[in-house]
Amino acid sequence: MSSAASINTPSFDIEAIRKDFPILAETMPGGKKLTFLDSAASAQKPQAVIDAMANVYGHEYANIHRGVYYLSQIATDHFEAARRKVQGFLGAAHDREIIFTRNATEAINLVAASWGRANLKEGDQVILSEMEHHANIVPWQLLREQTGIELVVAPIDDDGALIWEEFENCFTDRTKLVAMTHVSNALGTVTPIADIIRTAHDHGTLVLVDGSQAVPHIDVDVVALDADFYVFTGHKLYGPSGIGVLYGKEALLEAMPPYQGGGEMIATVTFEKTTYAELPHKFEAGTPNIVGAIGLGAAIDYLATIDRAAADAHEQALLAYTNEQLAGLNSVRIYGTAPQKVGLVSFAIDGAHPHDVGTILDHEGIAVRAGHHCAQPVMDRFGVPATTRASFGLHSDYDDVDTLVSGIKLVQEIFG
Amino acid sequence: MSDLRELYQEVILDHGKNPRNFGPLPEANREAHGHNPLCGDKIALHVVLDGDLVQDVKFEGAGCAISMASASLMTTILKGKTEAEARALFEQFHDLLTSNEEASLDQLEALDKLAVFSGVRDYPLRVKCATLGWHTLNAALDETGETVVTE
Ligand SMILES: Cc1ncc(COP(=O)(O)O)c(C=O)c1O
Repeated sequence: MSSAASINTPSFDIEAIRKDFPILAETMPGGKKLTFLDSAASAQKPQAVIDAMANVYGHEYANIHRGVYYLSQIATDHFEAARRKVQGFLGAAHDREIIFTRNATEAINLVAASWGRANLKEGDQVILSEMEHHANIVPWQLLREQTGIELVVAPIDDDGALIWEEFENCFTDRTKLVAMTHVSNALGTVTPIADIIRTAHDHGTLVLVDGSQAVPHIDVDVVALDADFYVFTGHKLYGPSGIGVLYGKEALLEAMPPYQGGGEMIATVTFEKTTYAELPHKFEAGTPNIVGAIGLGAAIDYLATIDRAAADAHEQALLAYTNEQLAGLNSVRIYGTAPQKVGLVSFAIDGAHPHDVGTILDHEGIAVRAGHHCAQPVMDRFGVPATTRASFGLHSDYDDVDTLVSGIKLVQEIFG
Repeated sequence: MSDLRELYQEVILDHGKNPRNFGPLPEANREAHGHNPLCGDKIALHVVLDGDLVQDVKFEGAGCAISMASASLMTTILKGKTEAEARALFEQFHDLLTSNEEASLDQLEALDKLAVFSGVRDYPLRVKCATLGWHTLNAALDETGETVVTE
């Protein structure tokens, strides 16, 4: 079976969705059609997002929260409307709990620098998992250098799933925070985040969730989850790069000192004393990524037009199909076989280095990620320097997978 | 597929799979390490330098076919060369990989078996793979003692 037609349903029209992404019509050098299988690195943008951003720049742009004139007012309105869209998207109780950042990395650094330095002292412990992205490792290591905290790593099993008993054993009376991914970017594993949060709270411990890879695939409700902090990055959610989100519970954010100082985040400034702006502006020093936030809002609007349950069913069917096809090829090994996964397959081909695999697939118009995926501890865990990773977006279809499989056969032919 | 074969020539595939002069070299008096963080290629280069002359050279490491084959072919061509000749060869090799112009016959002849890497020119992202061994050689000759990182 290799046709996309078989998965069309009234509620989820893959052909229509593909047409929403103009880049899919591009031809790659050598005349190959683009097979884009790197959405986990950064998603392609639907026309609706591109149009919304062009429209602001073309017709509605000015700096926000400053001018008293018309354009500044509507730009401000659109920017704040984007914040409310994010609030709705995450199910947050208040829009002031939504802080715009540059990306997920900055959101985590914000929490580590502001909440971490104010609340953690030498000997306090932060639990991470073995499958964190470097963005959820290095900020805590920097904090460790500054405060003497300890990092405790919860291990994963051979399938790439969190080992629950070991996770529970990580807690001590010095545990202050669990900083954990919702979905692993290297393995695709979905972590049992609701259980993780409940368990952490039972131990009186706060939880920061790295939702960068989760929000494109899974409906999130931060209130139902009772997450203390939840971060994600806009460019993986079909929005532009340069915009990210920190959700934090209001009481936590209120108590935290500012992260950066400057304009936008102040109430009054004299050389003797400065008072800070209210949430969320306290954490948004300087002119923000105005159009980026509006683009992210447009991406959230776009996602709302898609039946996510049907999209999820399609993605899981495509994942199962990919696993089946790769299993049919000799000497292809999949890393990350946890029962709960998003549409992402990390693999290795015997005798071919991922970098060579990437070059050969590129030659066939196939865009995949080859490397350590900014998760070197995961690579070490599985004893490989790197893997090749194919990851799906909303627009991924059976043809994409079939093209990938032919590409892998070509690799095997060359390196056979 | 045709230009893929130009990149992955038989000689490259062969040296990638079965690198020559691979292993430790206890008598080495010059050593350097090279690392390509993008794809994780790592090599250690061992050189016996006798005065000005490269007496022996071996390498160890792991990485993509291009980096392994390049390091392997480099070791086969270096023995008996002077330090200056080795450095000059790297310059010519680097030109082959990065120049906008097709290499002349003279140039290809000077490069001898290294000419098989001419296909890398069409894959700019792979130039650092093909030059990792050579950068590491320079570091060994310079005795910098630092790991060479190609970015
Ligand atoms: C799980 C995870 N966390 C964090 C990040 C960092 O995202 P950004 O680089 O946009 O800050 C990524 C993306 O690479 C990711 O996959």
